[in-house]
Amino acid sequence: MPLRPSCDILPSEITPPEIYRERRRFMLGMGVLAASATLGVAPDVQAGTRLAGVRSSAYTLGDEKTPYKAVTTYNNFYEFGTGKSDPADNAGSLITRPWTVTVEGEVGKPGVYDIDSLLKLAPLEERIYRMRCVEGWSMVIPWVGFPLSELIRRAAPTGKAKYVEFVSLNDPRQMPGQRSGVLDWPYVEGLRLDEAMHPLAILAVGLYGEVLPNQNGAPIRLVVPWKYGFKSAKSIVRIRFVEKQPLTAWMRAAPQEYGFYSNVNPQVDHPRWSQAKERRIGEFLKRDTLMFNGYGAQVAQLYRGMDLQRLF
Amino acid sequence: MGAILRNPKFWLFAVCLLPLARLFVLGFTDELGANPIEFITHSTGTWTLVGLLATLSVTPLRRLTGRADLIRYRRMLGLFAFFYAMLHFMTYLWLDQFFDLAGIAKDIVKRPFITVGFAACALLIPLAATSTHAMMRRLGRRWQQLHRLVYLIASLGVIHYLWLVKKDLTQPLIFGTALILLLAMRLPWGQNALHAVRNRLVLAR
Repeated sequence: MPLRPSCDILPSEITPPEIYRERRRFMLGMGVLAASATLGVAPDVQAGTRLAGVRSSAYTLGDEKTPYKAVTTYNNFYEFGTGKSDPADNAGSLITRPWTVTVEGEVGKPGVYDIDSLLKLAPLEERIYRMRCVEGWSMVIPWVGFPLSELIRRAAPTGKAKYVEFVSLNDPRQMPGQRSGVLDWPYVEGLRLDEAMHPLAILAVGLYGEVLPNQNGAPIRLVVPWKYGFKSAKSIVRIRFVEKQPLTAWMRAAPQEYGFYSNVNPQVDHPRWSQAKERRIGEFLKRDTLMFNGYGAQVAQLYRGMDLQRLF
Repeated sequence: MGAILRNPKFWLFAVCLLPLARLFVLGFTDELGANPIEFITHSTGTWTLVGLLATLSVTPLRRLTGRADLIRYRRMLGLFAFFYAMLHFMTYLWLDQFFDLAGIAKDIVKRPFITVGFAACALLIPLAATSTHAMMRRLGRRWQQLHRLVYLIASLGVIHYLWLVKKDLTQPLIFGTALILLLAMRLPWGQNALHAVRNRLVLAR
């Protein structure tokens, strides 16, 4: 961080993260104990709790990971306000247990999945992905999750299922940002079925080996690393298989600025700003944005023959 | 020293430096957030607009209070708006673009929000350059004509803000409403309204 000047604090005086996180966990634990005493909630589901049995995966990067603090305090999650620090400030009111995800639409096996059963649906793995926001900044985030295809396979989509729609929680009592009409709530996102089946697309339940913090889309969110960040819907309550292309929240809000695909593409600018470069959070100089956010080798074949200037 | 401390201009100067001091304090304590360059860009931009609106408030305040001496503070407010505009531009030029002049030229031509922001910034330069007493005397009546550019500059500044936000227009609309009010107070009916309010205030006293 070039803007951090040298100061008088010795490295030895800085509390190491293991210790302060431990303190926080202790405080959280006390809070959770108190809450569970009155509400009967399982005390092992809060952000900061280590997820058990997380496997490493082949999906990793040489890039330096963005620090936990930046990943959890600099967020776009309009359900909690439009400022970057609003989600971290306001997401405490989100209740992530009990939580269910309804799988419905053009599927042979619709169902309502409890979050705890989703956590055991498939082995959890760590996926270190680049995340490129449409605003021109990026991070490198170690997610914990499982392939979205695992859930899709269990749902057994019918021949009519061409697209998958993801719907986020709509509850202004828990999500104060929804009291304003900045977007049409609930937040809706969508993928083509073949995109959703791609091994890179995951449902994430954790971050840095721990339970996903609320501001990052707890308890379960989509992560599609070759698309702009807003495609990765947070706090999902409904996954619907449909025949027609879903109308996403951002397409509804500004159709000339946000297309259905929203693949990271340095050659297609946002109508108001360039997408050629990005600022990696924590770095000073901007770096070139990579086609499909650097995942072209894996995903380019999904878009063969498509005019990506038009289908942005 | 005592004379300086009794001079309101000294205090106004100090207050106008607070936004910059805040950035330094936040910078030294690592509190500028995950994206410090964005934070500095937004902060200096916001304070440029505040400075412009404060400058535009002087005349309506004079009419409202009848205190003609308020004009003595207008130059300083205007120059501070210019100061923060230059910091804003330098942040873009140096921290954001790192002197990528080709990229900046492309931005100015292709991005309407940068086009209007850059125009507003450039138009401030002749106003700052002609802010001295000597220049006022030299330009005479033309000085006032030239300095009416500030209405255009403040409008371009608000448009710059409106066009750059992704979706939430709340903040730019607050600045826009304040600007429209300040400009309306300069129209004949606005002046009449100010006059009426002032008469009420005087009667109430």
